[in-house]
Amino acid sequence: MIKEITCIGCPMGCRITAEMDGDKILSIEGYTCNIGKKYAQEELTVPTRMVTALMDVYGTTQPLSVKTSQPIEKSKIFDCLKEISRHTVMRPVHIGEVVIKNVCGTPVNIIATKELE
Amino acid sequence: MRNVDILIIGGGPAGLAAAVSAYEAGARNILILEREENLGGILKQCIHNGFGLHTFKEELTGPEYAQRYIDKVVEYGIPSQCDTMVINITPDKVVTAVSRGAGLEHFKAKSIILAMGCRERPRGSLATPGWRCSGIYTAGTAQKFTNLKGLMPGKRVVILGSGDIGLIMARRMTFLGAKVLACVELMPFSAGLKRNIVQCLDDYDIPLLLSHTVVDIAGRERLEGVTVAEVDPKTLKPIPGTEQYYECDTLLLSVGLIPENELTTMAGVKISPATNGAEVNENLQTSVDGIFSCGNVLHVHDLVDFVSEESAKAGVNAYKYVQGQLPEDKETLEVVNGFGVSGAVPQHISKKLDEPITIMFRPRGVFKDAKVCIDVGDVQAAEKKSRILTPGEMVTLKFNPEYLQKNANADKITVRVEAQQS
Repeated sequence: MIKEITCIGCPMGCRITAEMDGDKILSIEGYTCNIGKKYAQEELTVPTRMVTALMDVYGTTQPLSVKTSQPIEKSKIFDCLKEISRHTVMRPVHIGEVVIKNVCGTPVNIIATKELE
Repeated sequence: MRNVDILIIGGGPAGLAAAVSAYEAGARNILILEREENLGGILKQCIHNGFGLHTFKEELTGPEYAQRYIDKVVEYGIPSQCDTMVINITPDKVVTAVSRGAGLEHFKAKSIILAMGCRERPRGSLATPGWRCSGIYTAGTAQKFTNLKGLMPGKRVVILGSGDIGLIMARRMTFLGAKVLACVELMPFSAGLKRNIVQCLDDYDIPLLLSHTVVDIAGRERLEGVTVAEVDPKTLKPIPGTEQYYECDTLLLSVGLIPENELTTMAGVKISPATNGAEVNENLQTSVDGIFSCGNVLHVHDLVDFVSEESAKAGVNAYKYVQGQLPEDKETLEVVNGFGVSGAVPQHISKKLDEPITIMFRPRGVFKDAKVCIDVGDVQAAEKKSRILTPGEMVTLKFNPEYLQKNANADKITVRVEAQQS
């Protein structure tokens, strides 16, 4: 299978084409530097993203901003968002505080990114 | 009238960094005036991550980045007055402010740091036809609704302009359950960062329509849809017959930022037509003695890290000025924007420059395999190679004092790009 991605290493935005066999990379073409090669290898095997989201807070309409403690697999982004939207937190909350443990059964936690008294 | 050594106008990333660095340099009579209820500026609503890689060597979200500086301000005991709107500055540095708490107040400052930031270009500046229906917001306004107020502006969204805030909002609206139909960009290239195009549009299969624009807006009370047409890349005029109608209830505008310089003008500070910000020298001092400018009110940055760095410099220099340690130097060279360069900052460099400084500018177009050159008079003093230059990414150049010795008779410094435009 042929996969195409755009490198985010710099503003060049090289189009990188890779021949894949399932999760295995057979060949990569189109990158013009090592940053691109490394990016493509990660992005093609297990693409991950940091997710930032908003969480309901008891007693106010103002939401709490949160993030994943580390990047999670791209395919789990919307499950992760769904789980966050099912929770409501109590004040006070401080930056770095864990508000959901092991989101979607992963080792990743959801942590607060805002001070809320 | 209250006497203040360093009065900082604006408590966003620029004002905070300036305050912290001025304190660390030794200043003790500092005051920050902030229009909003809390310190932090626009960072409060930028809940996505990617801030701080240069400053803290880690990726933070906007509120986290702001909090690092707010904690410092609190730790140092630097006074700040929120909910306070500055309404006038005079050239002899008398500042008038209004607030609910204190009413009308006057401050006499030894030095002023302008750190008011910028605002978004509104719909009115686009001359798009249609009724003034609801459902049309600037991307930043929508961001404030979703991220700070917990409100949802709409369900089917078209984004006009591909600035970074627009791209970030494409992903946020998708996360919050809206359908983003397209991001429409007039130019043949995006003004946003590559990373944002990939991670905010491509990841969620949102089409980026380059060389397209919105030519009509339908809906009288509420937006019902927009007509998008292709434009000729040379003339930027819509091509008849290419119109396509998108049914939507929300149109977000991400069509540029304007430094907010009304107060700057009142103070009699000279404004650069290239940046729409103050003209400054290498100390970030404006044409009015003792008034400094930094951050997005000086020129629009891509990264908050560079705002912090620049503003920290303004803070230290303001303190030096108060102490009488900032050399008054009338002999300067003008920095001229050469081919492919727009809005180089600083606009003036002292002939007696004794330490390296940074020149920043935005390329006028997309250039591949380019060279950025600095000429002192007509002698080339330095060059820096770059694989690609785009208007979306600010270029920073180091300017060393030795360059000035290469041509003692020079009357100007030119920054220019050498490349084939692609």
